[in-house]
Amino acid sequence: MENKSINITTVMEKIMKGVFWGCAAISIVAVLFIGGFILFNALPFFSHTSLWSFLTGKNWIPSGEIFGIYPMLVASFFATLGAVVIGVVVGISTAIVITSILPPAISSVISKIVDLLAGIPSVIYGFFGLMVIVPIIKLTGAPSGGLSLLAVIIILSFMILPTIIRMTEVSLKAIPKEYKEGAYALGATRLQYIFKVQLRAAKSGIIAGVMLAIGRALGETMAVMLVAGNSPVVPNSILSSVRTVTANIAMEMSYAPAGPHQQALFATGLVLFIIIMAINIGMQLIVKRMERN
Amino acid sequence: MKKRLLLALGVILVTGSMATGCSSSTSSGASSTEQASVSNTTSSGTEKIIVVGSTTVAAPMEKLEEAYEQIANVDIEIQGVGSSAGIQAAANGTANIGMASREIKESEKELGLEEIVIAKDSIAIVVHPSNPVDDLTIEQVKDIYEGTITNWSEVGGENQPILVICREDGSGTRGAFEEIIGLEMDIEGVTVSSVVQTAVIQEGNGAVKATTAAQENGIGFVSLGYIDDTISAIKINGVEPTVETTLAGDYKISRPLLLVTSGDQGAAVDDFIEYILSDGQEIVAETYIPVN
Repeated sequence: MENKSINITTVMEKIMKGVFWGCAAISIVAVLFIGGFILFNALPFFSHTSLWSFLTGKNWIPSGEIFGIYPMLVASFFATLGAVVIGVVVGISTAIVITSILPPAISSVISKIVDLLAGIPSVIYGFFGLMVIVPIIKLTGAPSGGLSLLAVIIILSFMILPTIIRMTEVSLKAIPKEYKEGAYALGATRLQYIFKVQLRAAKSGIIAGVMLAIGRALGETMAVMLVAGNSPVVPNSILSSVRTVTANIAMEMSYAPAGPHQQALFATGLVLFIIIMAINIGMQLIVKRMERN
Repeated sequence: MKKRLLLALGVILVTGSMATGCSSSTSSGASSTEQASVSNTTSSGTEKIIVVGSTTVAAPMEKLEEAYEQIANVDIEIQGVGSSAGIQAAANGTANIGMASREIKESEKELGLEEIVIAKDSIAIVVHPSNPVDDLTIEQVKDIYEGTITNWSEVGGENQPILVICREDGSGTRGAFEEIIGLEMDIEGVTVSSVVQTAVIQEGNGAVKATTAAQENGIGFVSLGYIDDTISAIKINGVEPTVETTLAGDYKISRPLLLVTSGDQGAAVDDFIEYILSDGQEIVAETYIPVN
């Protein structure tokens, strides 16, 4: 490297190294810039409303400069929880069927269909929800005409299924053959092997998938906005109209006048950003700990 | 790990403060114009017109400004700060033209401003086509939106709960609707919207229309231009919402978009207003009902 004679290969190598470094830096800079931007726009808001009353306030009335996102936090929490419960049960079962039960020809077809599911744009999910799921829920006599937390949960669970299925499938397939042979040698049945050996061995991958799914469910906006009803009130049943944290930002950002209202939306974004960061970091810690054990 | 977190936080703070620097320079430009008194000519001899007031009127005015500055040698400056502030600015001379998206109040008539209606904005109350109710009073609409009337049977319809559909906070249509109907209440001395909190909120006229069309027991409101066969517009105090009834002043859920001036503001201002009322009406018509 210290050779001063001009060596084109060395120079090229250095240039390309710089280019790759630059490309890698772009995504880091993007995260920092977005984080800084949200933080900078949100911070002035906390001189208007304290963080505590912002997080626990039950009323969201921008016209009176009353900003409380508790109803949205509750809605996002239950929507995500509901979707993840359905997604985990259905998703892991599907992955097991694909990897260990069905013959390869059929399971590859199912696997491809799951990939298609992942490729559908979210607005299509929302439209499907509005046209199909909402009218079905409406038949139960829901007070808000089917636009409800339940509709959000159903749509979100569809949307996160591919993530859970794919991650589970990959980690189930990565399990060494010896495990299977060992389990069968010890007299385990097929189901015993799947539940007591395979799933446990694939634990960290599955949990990573679930965490990714939580992130997706929390962050989803368009599909949710179409079916949620968007009333900023704490839901009193699964059939209530709800507004999620993301929908709150998307609904009002276009018209919110500069000032406390706009800042409140940025502050909502900051809260969402922090929650999602926390989930990501938590996921990495959990996965790391599991891999170590 | 901790060190890295601290580092990340530091970087975020630095980017944040950099952003502060950037934006404060732009905002100082805006605030200095507020202080500027009306100066009719700049050094280059270009006439300067300051227009202040309603954000609703400011939106079409900005398009009008763009078009007019290409055909006339003027420098027009538009600030959306609200109707009341605009009327005051026109009266005390800090603006050449004030903008208002509501009728001039009795107390403001004393200011002796000249009012020019440049357009009308009209909001239709809509229900599902199968709903037998086709006429409501403004008071009934108010009670429905405040949640004191909750069943269609109370206003002559079937025994069905009413599903209230509303626009998002900050929407101009919602603001106008609340203002005209009087959907306002006091909470701890602040005037806030009194629309029932459980109302279904939809973003945009189109979404309100689609939701109303899908909900047999729903009621919503949209700009006049959005009415079609999928929803039916309700008569208010017996008057159907149309362009004609709005212009005649019979349909009550409507408001004028006003320009107000005080005394003689000079030829440049007169020409600009003349333009708005003639060729400019086409631009106004993109979103509102033109008057000419």
